Amino acid sequence: MQITPLATDADSARPAAAFGACWSCRGPVAAAALFCATCKAIQPPQPLDHFARLGLAPGFDIQVPVLDQLYFGFQRQLHPDRFANAAPRARQISQSQAVAFNDAYETLKSPLARATYLLALRGLPIDGEGSHTIRDMELLDDQLERREKLHEAPDAAAVEKLAVAARSDAAACLGEISAAFAAGNLAAARLATLRLKYLDKFADEARNRRALLALKSEPA
Amino acid sequence: MLLQIYEPGQTPLPHENEQGLAVGIDLGTTNTVVALARDQKAEIVRDARGSGLVPSVVAYIDGADPLVGEMARRQLLDRPEIVVSSIKRLMGRGAADLARLGGQLPYELGAAAEGGMARLKIGARLLTPVEISADILRAVKERAELALGRNVDRAVVTVPAYFDDAARTATRDAARLAGLEVLRLVAEPTAAALAYGLDSKSEGVFAIYDLGGGTFDFSLLRLEKGVFQVLATGGDAALGGDDFDHAVAAKFLAERGGEFSRDEVKQALATARLAKECVSSQDPWEGELMLDAGDSSHSLTRAELEKLIEPLVARTLKIAAGVLEDAGVKPEAIDGTVLVGGSTRVPLVRAKVEEFFGKKPLADINPDEVVAVGAALQAEALTAGSDTLLLDVLPLSLGLETMGGIVEKIVERNTPIPVARGQDFTTYQDGQTAMSFHVVQGEREMADQTRSLARFELDGIPPMVAGAARIRVRFAVDADGLLSVSAEESTTGRQARVEVKPSYGLTEDEMADMLRASIDNAEADMERRLLTEARVEARRAINALEAALAVDADLLSEAERATIAAAQETLERAMSKSDRASIQGAAEALEQGTKFFAERRMDRGIRKALAGRNVAEIGG
Ligand SMILES: [Zn+2]
Repeated sequence: MQITPLATDADSARPAAAFGACWSCRGPVAAAALFCATCKAIQPPQPLDHFARLGLAPGFDIQVPVLDQLYFGFQRQLHPDRFANAAPRARQISQSQAVAFNDAYETLKSPLARATYLLALRGLPIDGEGSHTIRDMELLDDQLERREKLHEAPDAAAVEKLAVAARSDAAACLGEISAAFAAGNLAAARLATLRLKYLDKFADEARNRRALLALKSEPA
Repeated sequence: MLLQIYEPGQTPLPHENEQGLAVGIDLGTTNTVVALARDQKAEIVRDARGSGLVPSVVAYIDGADPLVGEMARRQLLDRPEIVVSSIKRLMGRGAADLARLGGQLPYELGAAAEGGMARLKIGARLLTPVEISADILRAVKERAELALGRNVDRAVVTVPAYFDDAARTATRDAARLAGLEVLRLVAEPTAAALAYGLDSKSEGVFAIYDLGGGTFDFSLLRLEKGVFQVLATGGDAALGGDDFDHAVAAKFLAERGGEFSRDEVKQALATARLAKECVSSQDPWEGELMLDAGDSSHSLTRAELEKLIEPLVARTLKIAAGVLEDAGVKPEAIDGTVLVGGSTRVPLVRAKVEEFFGKKPLADINPDEVVAVGAALQAEALTAGSDTLLLDVLPLSLGLETMGGIVEKIVERNTPIPVARGQDFTTYQDGQTAMSFHVVQGEREMADQTRSLARFELDGIPPMVAGAARIRVRFAVDADGLLSVSAEESTTGRQARVEVKPSYGLTEDEMADMLRASIDNAEADMERRLLTEARVEARRAINALEAALAVDADLLSEAERATIAAAQETLERAMSKSDRASIQGAAEALEQGTKFFAERRMDRGIRKALAGRNVAEIGG
């Protein structure tokens, strides 16, 4: 008899899709299981979204300490260091599991990455085609203006002042994003996320600029 | 039937007694240190005089085995031409890199090895940095075996956090060449944090300031309930205590005046090192620089030394500030600073670090030994199991060169490892059937300012109009921080695929040749490793079968059970002997002979599911 491996689509109505064959003992194992209940072998990662993988409800407002604890808990069981003596296949699977959890953790830890991911998940990616609205253009103008000021800034202190302003605007953005997601207003969430993206990028540029100015002011 | 239950991944190795010991090795620029941990207590392997430091110096006397350590160092003043020190600085560097360093290098370069790895001309020998490092590792392995009275065949080897992929690969190759299986490459500051955190049970955010002989690393880690999470890391793979020596040697040589040969520079460096070490306790230091051309008298005051090295220390703190900014952490938010590396003994370094963080740095554990202690603890954790967990990051961004020499970053620095990332590329000409890629590592925007790791070509792309092909390049970095890259074209369903393992330096063939030449029993060594693998795999198959029998034995008739038991016994008998082929054959027979059992178990699972049983009852 041929058992098709786990279905990758969301066709969970059929019970057959809820489990597959364990690679080690070849018996049935639940689709979501990290370990085979029968032989304890580590199972390959399933195609899950980052929230589901870490056992979090999808949403923008997550508690980072909770995220950390969940992530540490999974890595304690799955990290390749735990499988240094295991069979080659188990070592390889542990690496893919660790990769999947690192990916999920990295994405959800950063507010910008989390908002971007959540928008894509909800079908409104921030850089989707044909999504450039008039409001997007306004954001671009604001970004250009900040950049101009950055290049005119005569010293590190002036750059720092611009960076502080950008950081405080970014903090305000986080509030807007959270409120927009809570209200189910995806268009507003998208706009605020785009703004946050520009501000983050600006903060990077300000940092580089400050380093450059500091270098110039140093005695040779 | 006896049922054995193990924690996931904790299945013990069969024939544990046949395995040698697993040690921790800090392969340093100046000194190499070995330690062994038992029950979370690490002991440094020491010589008769109590010293745990083996100078990372090798002397190659014609027709004799290489001398390593103190005995080699003693040759430095008399016969500098046969002595190699600070070889770590050249690990993973190509011949082209070294040629650029040229005059500064106190060695003569020979013809490069086939893979582009530099070779040094020492006496009558032509040696790569990997071979020289392997000689150091072999010497400390033998020293540990002598002290511990057991075979040592596995190790956790530390590398500077800021080592790039080429230097990490070179380090792993050196260990292989010395007959050591590398359980894990661990970043030096991470190892130090492990030693420190386990010792003091500290929690919070810690800064590790690691100034070694030739490298500087700065890492920020969060310690929490046995988890060691690296938040960000940075450094300079060419900045260390050696540079302090260079500054002092330059002063002495300038005082003498004139032109100096490579060997005279080496001798001046040895004198400078002595002066640097003495001046902390004896101010001013006064002594002679003895060269063939005659002796000259010199002195060094502590104030002079501090003035010479102040710019170097400032550079380290600038790097530290950048790492803090990367992690979004303010200096005052740091719960503790740990000093690592012999160069942190210099009073000016301590004072400046204290000033920067606003609190006294911790140096309870000997800064020369703390990295080896951490490595040993990790070696024990990997072989005997442990609750601690190291979560490390990629130190330098990885990317591909694109049009105009601009780097497209695929994996950003400070991303937790292991990690895998993909990026899609397309053809830019109609009918294009091949595409070349250049893999680089570093933070700069232009490819020629980054480290070149590998170049490869993907061919067999079906001819299409420009922009129609979809070529997916995948970067995978494992828990050792080592990269592998693959590329495939997938639009047409026909897959063109290539796998590259960037190994700056040695090709697989060169490695095999060296292994054959350097280890008397290289083949026996390799066979023993394969045998262990075969046993581990056979043990896994038996454990899985026993677990399945424990729940589903009723699916089998008495006769079927007997047949399976016989096949299992055959495998167990084969495992107790040392014939790899018969173990693999018996394992394959068991796998085939239990296929029908697995199918019945799946049938039962489906029937249960269809009967509306809760999935949780089936497994999971
Ligand atoms: Zn199983």
